[in-house]
Amino acid sequence: MTDLAAGAIAGTLAPRRRFALVNRLASHRSFQIGLTIVMILALAAIFAPLLTSLDPSSMKVRFRFKPPSSAFPFGTDNFGRDIFTRVLYGARVSLWIGFVVALLSGLFGATFGILAAQFRRLDPFVMRVMDALMSFPAILLALGVTAALGPRMESVMVALTVAYVPAGVRLVRASALVVRELDYVEAARIAGASNARIMLRHILPNSVSPLLVHVTFVFAYAILAEAALSFLGVGVPPPTASWGNIIAEGRDYATVAWWVMFFPGLGITLAALGLNLLGDGLRDVLDPRLKAQG
Amino acid sequence: MADPLLSIDDLTVQFRTDRGWSTAVEKVSFDIADGESIGLVGESGSGKSVTALSILRLHARAVTRFPSGSIRYAGRDLLGANERDLRAIRGRDIAMVFQDPMSSLNPVLTICDQICEPLRLHQGLSSSDARRRAIELLDLVRISDAARRVDEYPHRLSGGMRQRVMIAMAIACRPRLLIADEPTTALDVTIQAQILELLRDLRAELGMAVLLISHDLGVIAEFAERVVVMYAGRIVEDAPVEVLFRTPRHPYTEGLMASAPPLEGGGERLYGIPGRIPDPDEVIAGCRFGPRCAYVEAICRAAPPELVSVDGAHRVRCAPRTRVSQN
Repeated sequence: MTDLAAGAIAGTLAPRRRFALVNRLASHRSFQIGLTIVMILALAAIFAPLLTSLDPSSMKVRFRFKPPSSAFPFGTDNFGRDIFTRVLYGARVSLWIGFVVALLSGLFGATFGILAAQFRRLDPFVMRVMDALMSFPAILLALGVTAALGPRMESVMVALTVAYVPAGVRLVRASALVVRELDYVEAARIAGASNARIMLRHILPNSVSPLLVHVTFVFAYAILAEAALSFLGVGVPPPTASWGNIIAEGRDYATVAWWVMFFPGLGITLAALGLNLLGDGLRDVLDPRLKAQG
Repeated sequence: MADPLLSIDDLTVQFRTDRGWSTAVEKVSFDIADGESIGLVGESGSGKSVTALSILRLHARAVTRFPSGSIRYAGRDLLGANERDLRAIRGRDIAMVFQDPMSSLNPVLTICDQICEPLRLHQGLSSSDARRRAIELLDLVRISDAARRVDEYPHRLSGGMRQRVMIAMAIACRPRLLIADEPTTALDVTIQAQILELLRDLRAELGMAVLLISHDLGVIAEFAERVVVMYAGRIVEDAPVEVLFRTPRHPYTEGLMASAPPLEGGGERLYGIPGRIPDPDEVIAGCRFGPRCAYVEAICRAAPPELVSVDGAHRVRCAPRTRVSQN
């Protein structure tokens, strides 16, 4: 088997392509756009206190339901809170939840995927648990978990991680099953390497690239799911602003103050769009089967 | 003769299949002396790789069993050894080179990382010492500009160079036995000759024993001192290389030699042994080569022939031929 073929099956992050990879990513149009959008949102979230002098929770009943204007670029809500400020601070919560969920589901996905592929006795057990989790719709599962853990930001993170881990496990397991049969893994075993060493040094780096693509999409799904959970009242509890609960609080006034729901909705849309473009770019570049057309 | 370095005795290997246990190797016995070079020949499916992998216990434990036999390395039992003891032997005492150099190197690690792996595992070298040693090893396997090559990734190397790197990895800890499983099959002919020469020189320099597995009699003839011929999971003939090539006793060995293309002349159609190697589960009464043998007799079908010593170090598994020689 040529190493190209090996890479094609397993989705190898080969260093041969590492520099080429950066170049290809840099010149990939949708990756550029996606990265720009995500970076702008992330910077806005990080530097929120510099971009607005207001407090996201300070209420000024005097300024209830003010439409967007120079004083309140995104308008105000029923308590007279500045929507621009709340959307910026909400981005911190929503993006942070998305990031943590992507990171955790990636870590757990890689860990369990590799373990299942390497220890065949463990495999049926791990995979049946994952199948069970997968058989629930993700949002329903998350709804159940947050309902059980109570409405806190941490429980949203736990719930969404639980919902998105199984797909990651499947992805990593599938490519690790291919990689573990390759000669260099056997060669490492012959050199006297332990199981742990083989998994970390030989199998893991050669089977994570599908997961990398997957977690960028999980990032986007998690932001959407957080909004859905908050909208249903089991997400991040008020008064903390998250994109989801700004929309949830604004829904009663949708006909009189469209801006309350519109701007956080725009944030969610942009974040999901940016991350999806980013993920598409990563997938195009990391998947050698699509390379020829790229 | 002193105790052999490696002694395989009555080894039977079975794999679990959907239809139960299937026998891949049956009652294989041979010894490898310190410093000896042995060729293991046979066609695909004859059990030669299975035998070699058994030495290092590289088969998946759950689907493999050894109903009989023992493998002893320098007096230690390898079949009964636990994973920790095996790890200590693998790469340090017994090393292995594979057939396909294109897939035997990890694409995400540099040459240095890979050659240093056994050194750091077994000799506990620091990374700078291991690196220095890796450069020496690359020199030893005749890779030019070793100091620069050592930091490259495998994709920059040709097939022949990768095979040299594999050999460097294998000899890193100065093993006493090197198993080379079809080390030249995936390479083109000129590179094959270079790699064989390299293996021969290294064997002389390091004084290690080499078990060379090949289906290519030419390679074996050039390299080995003794040849073990396998067919359908059994040894059919075992002899010093000159004896085997001058006076092959087993009809299968004769057939193999007749089907090798001659160096000169040629032009005529090559001889091929009729039929095909039987499945491990196929029931064949008597000699397993019987259905393909031109000299088959009643005695061949009566009972499976034994591996009989005919002339000192020459062993043959063929009832008619050994009967004649005993008379």
